[in-house]
Amino acid sequence: MAGDDKDATLSVGVWRGDADGGEYVEYSVPHRASQTVLDVVTWIQRNIAPDLAYRFACRVGMCGSCAMTVNGRPRWTCRTHVDKVARNGRLTIAPLDNLPVVRDLAADMAPFFEKWKRANGAFQGGETRDDPIAEVRPDEPERKEADAAIECINCGICYAACDSVRWNPDYLGPAALNRVWALHNDRRDVARDDRLAAIGGEGGCHLCHSQAGCTAHCPQGLDPSGGIAGLKRALFRAALKGTV
Amino acid sequence: MSMVRTVGAPHRRQVLWWAFLMHRVSGVLLALFLPFHFLVLGFAIKGDATLDGFLAWTENPLVKLAETGLFLLLAVHLAGGLRLLALELLAWRSWQKNMAALAAGAALAGALLFLGVAW
Repeated sequence: MAGDDKDATLSVGVWRGDADGGEYVEYSVPHRASQTVLDVVTWIQRNIAPDLAYRFACRVGMCGSCAMTVNGRPRWTCRTHVDKVARNGRLTIAPLDNLPVVRDLAADMAPFFEKWKRANGAFQGGETRDDPIAEVRPDEPERKEADAAIECINCGICYAACDSVRWNPDYLGPAALNRVWALHNDRRDVARDDRLAAIGGEGGCHLCHSQAGCTAHCPQGLDPSGGIAGLKRALFRAALKGTV
Repeated sequence: MSMVRTVGAPHRRQVLWWAFLMHRVSGVLLALFLPFHFLVLGFAIKGDATLDGFLAWTENPLVKLAETGLFLLLAVHLAGGLRLLALELLAWRSWQKNMAALAAGAALAGALLFLGVAW
């Protein structure tokens, strides 16, 4: 294995630039065993380019802040092993696609979260602390649907892998719609019809072409594409009933 | 500034993206064919001789081959549309990739059947 060879080096192209543009800069990085892509970026920053901007926090695949484009695909870099993605000792690392750039590898996540707000992605309960706690059984079908969708870590990988976002920047995107799907299956929520109306119009779920790049790339193994299909069905039923 | 900084599009290398592309391309090509279809229908209004002349021309093996291609486009577009309807209106199925493959297979089988009948 290349990672066991102490003299092995990786040739790494790192996108350097800002909101006005940029280019790939080449670095040579020692190849180590069990090295992650985040390790590579950190090595470059600590040893060659202290001004390299990137973002990370937990390093164990929980916080969702280290997502970057690695060899053309969006990935969580802290849990992506170099040996799995390098081709002939070569890596290219860029910020996430479909988002503006702050600097270097740090994408500007503002539009991503703006769309969560636009999709009405906050829980809206109808009860107070004085009411008894709602009983939601873990084996209810709706609860199971919501269970899968709430594991999202907001990394933005699905958003970067989505051609519908690429072709129409107004589109809410898979993450915001996955959030709506989770809330749609939460019967304690009182704004479900309003939320369906919010995602049924301009920039809404009907822009999804079911290419399922989101599902193919989600590091958590979630299925936003399935959730979006569920929302389309829910909207269809609501339109027939006349509630949206 | 463009928000796409990667070269190529490796994220598209998956079967459902290709299913999307086949559906889109077959739809565009069928739309381009439609005016010619109406033109031939127009021959029937013009008179028997023009239409018969055209129908004789369609016996040409190359035209038959082109017709088979046309049928393949129609079969691909129909199967792709049925796949989308199933995907979006029926409860979600995780074996949708198999459906995409099945749709492509059915389209191809249909086209080959047509080839056999037409020749």
